[in-house]
Amino acid sequence: MSTATVSHHYSSTGLENRKIAIWAFIGSECMLFVSLISTYLIYKDRSVVGPYPHTPWTDPSTGHVYHAILNIPVTSASTFILLMSSLAMVLALSAVENKGKPQRNLGERILGNSKLWLFMTALLGLGFLGCQAYEFTSFVNEGLTIKTNLFGSTFFTLTGFHGAHVTAGVIWILTMLFIDFKRGLGPADALNVDIMALYWHFVDVIWVAIFTLVYLIR
Amino acid sequence: MATTVIDTIPAHLKPFVPSPTPATVTTEKSTIWGWLTTTDHKKIGTLYLFTALFFFLVGGLEAEIIRAQLGGPNRHLVSAETYNQIFTMHGTTMIFLAIMPLSAAFFNFIIPLQIGARDVAFPRLNAFSYWVYLFGGLFISIPILFGHGPNGGWFGYVPLTTKAYSAGINIDFWVIGLQILGISSLAAGFNFITTIINLRAPGMSLMRMPVFTWMAFVVQFMVILAFPVITIALFFLMMDRFFGTQFYEVAAGGDPLLWQHLFWIFGHPEVYILVLPAFGLVSEVLPTFSKKPLFGYPVMVYSGILIGFLGFGVWAHHMFAVGMGPVADSVFGVTTMLIAIPTGVKIFNWIGTIAQGQFKATSASLFCVGMVALFTIGGISGVMHSSPPADLQQTDSYFIVAHFHYVMFGGSIMGLFGGIYYYFPKFFGRLLNEKLGKWHFWLTFIGMNLTFFPMHFSGMLGMPRRIYTYDAGQGWEVFNHISTIGAYLLAVATAIFIYNFFKSRVSGDAAGPNPWGAGTLEWTIPSPPPVYNFAVLPTVTSRYPLWEGKQADIESARINQQSGKTAEQLGIAIPYGTIKPLLAAAFMIIMFSGLIVGHWLILVGAAATVLALYGWLTSPLEPEHH
Repeated sequence: MSTATVSHHYSSTGLENRKIAIWAFIGSECMLFVSLISTYLIYKDRSVVGPYPHTPWTDPSTGHVYHAILNIPVTSASTFILLMSSLAMVLALSAVENKGKPQRNLGERILGNSKLWLFMTALLGLGFLGCQAYEFTSFVNEGLTIKTNLFGSTFFTLTGFHGAHVTAGVIWILTMLFIDFKRGLGPADALNVDIMALYWHFVDVIWVAIFTLVYLIR
Repeated sequence: MATTVIDTIPAHLKPFVPSPTPATVTTEKSTIWGWLTTTDHKKIGTLYLFTALFFFLVGGLEAEIIRAQLGGPNRHLVSAETYNQIFTMHGTTMIFLAIMPLSAAFFNFIIPLQIGARDVAFPRLNAFSYWVYLFGGLFISIPILFGHGPNGGWFGYVPLTTKAYSAGINIDFWVIGLQILGISSLAAGFNFITTIINLRAPGMSLMRMPVFTWMAFVVQFMVILAFPVITIALFFLMMDRFFGTQFYEVAAGGDPLLWQHLFWIFGHPEVYILVLPAFGLVSEVLPTFSKKPLFGYPVMVYSGILIGFLGFGVWAHHMFAVGMGPVADSVFGVTTMLIAIPTGVKIFNWIGTIAQGQFKATSASLFCVGMVALFTIGGISGVMHSSPPADLQQTDSYFIVAHFHYVMFGGSIMGLFGGIYYYFPKFFGRLLNEKLGKWHFWLTFIGMNLTFFPMHFSGMLGMPRRIYTYDAGQGWEVFNHISTIGAYLLAVATAIFIYNFFKSRVSGDAAGPNPWGAGTLEWTIPSPPPVYNFAVLPTVTSRYPLWEGKQADIESARINQQSGKTAEQLGIAIPYGTIKPLLAAAFMIIMFSGLIVGHWLILVGAAATVLALYGWLTSPLEPEHH
């Protein structure tokens, strides 16, 4: 995002500073999500009251029957959307890196359109967030809030942290898209787009872990 | 004379440029605005040093109040409620606002100089780290002045710190303040990891790096891996307190031990984060004053790395009394014993360095020798805690207080003081007064032992930690009395140091580039260094370029020591000063304080922070290169 154009100063490794920094950041974020996921797993099946993720529950005081809260088909769709956003990001990076090369047919023009793929990445990311918002409000309507029980607290905090990371990523992508419209992105910006892509893929990988451990594994 | 020619000629061919007066030439103005907008690692290191010393005095004052209160049985110098705030803030201040930032002062100032770089990888992020520390430190320290200071102990165990048992805002300041301070450390961690990996001068392989930089490198990895864990622990507590979640609620099936595990998974690496920089400083000072290289450099590096790894595997030795069961107790007992090995190895290597050299007792070297001795004592009591059955008697008693003050004060603080005496001339161009320095050392050494050695005994006799007062007749009075006298002696010693510090800045003896005859790169440039550090980026061929370097190293050192030119004359682009890191830090703290003030402020603060970040990220760091 910086407009600093010089990126070929001396380095001990031949790598760019920002590349190293984003990997260190990702390593640190892994510990963040490991702590959240571990807490979720430790507290699994220890909620004193329901609703529960995979099993129905009858509230003894009201007699109300709560079905299993998690909706695997819907979340599978949102997972697919997020995974496709990573694909769009790969194409966006490739388009930025190859800007200026001749585009010989419609296919190459489409693949080489960085604005299109940045837009698609952001759109799919927003789609994922929209699915999360729908999911969370439906859970709340069905009687699961962040205060209800251990499952609610750990689930909403974990997915909330993830959603916050996705949101930050979407803002980042939209900013990059804005710059693309304003002055165009080209190979000189490849490093910055690459870093954004690394962050985005990381957020996607974390979601794959969450989806597996929270939704799929009972 | 061509201005950019120097940068393009290989070092060994460059002509020697004589200058009548080896002077420090800087285009930076030393105004308040200059300090608020600085992105220069040397200035930022200086800011850390002053702020950390200030908080060290604050923590020291809190300690004096504790010792005055405990000097005799049944005293009531302060109320019990105030006492809880005092000892909580003493620990929190010393760990997060004094020792870590003192280490940061050296990371900032010294690492780029030791690796032959002009600055850190991300100068504005560096400034951001400092301002977040300052504002976060004030955020967490000011409430005690109004009687709302954090009062749950520096480790904040639940359920005491949950809303049910701590209904006031005291713990809120603690929970929020520590998260803020964590951001400062994390940012610095990313910065220094990148700097050390990527900005080393040509020829400086990792195994030619000075040991201080190596220890700092290990510490940064520990920081970026440990701080997220405490962030989550604190976030859970914050959610419980502010939003009614169930993370630590027993009635909902929650487990108070979750807090303890998360806290100590951070907390144990944290104590190695606190001591490894001091180890690094000792590894710089002792070779210089023994006039020979460090004994066993590779072993010192590998043991540091091993401590970094093993430090993540011992955390539950803080929980031997909670009932984890024999398997967990045994495993953590064994890993705790194992970590004594790489630590002990370092002691022998330092002794080996002095033993066969020509040792010169200066303030710097005395503090470092004192560190070696006192840390050993602290390590011995530490390994005594590693046995779970023995620890059942020792835990939560003054025996533990004795242990960690021997390693934190006798270890970290002594090593950091040694570093201050050693590097003061490089920071400020003047020497600290040696006579006052030796008074400071001896009074500190005696005072420290008087204060903390008796605690082994009162602890063994059953005196618990964190008690407000105690009855006579249990055999504790004489030990507490001696401790209190020792604490007063430490106050006198520290006063001497503060006087020396400020007087020497103004009228200390002038120091040249290398007053100690040391061997590493930071001593090849003037004291204090010019804004660009090195006129000629050095090429490194050995671990001690000034002692063992080839002719090219010596030649570039001569040029660097006597260049006397401005950055413009040398064609070196200097990063712009900018207020944006300070603004981003301030807005971020405002955002956090919205949790206490009102939720609308969270949104306002967040928006302002994002705007400041946008401004920061879209402006260039430095003028365009030619």
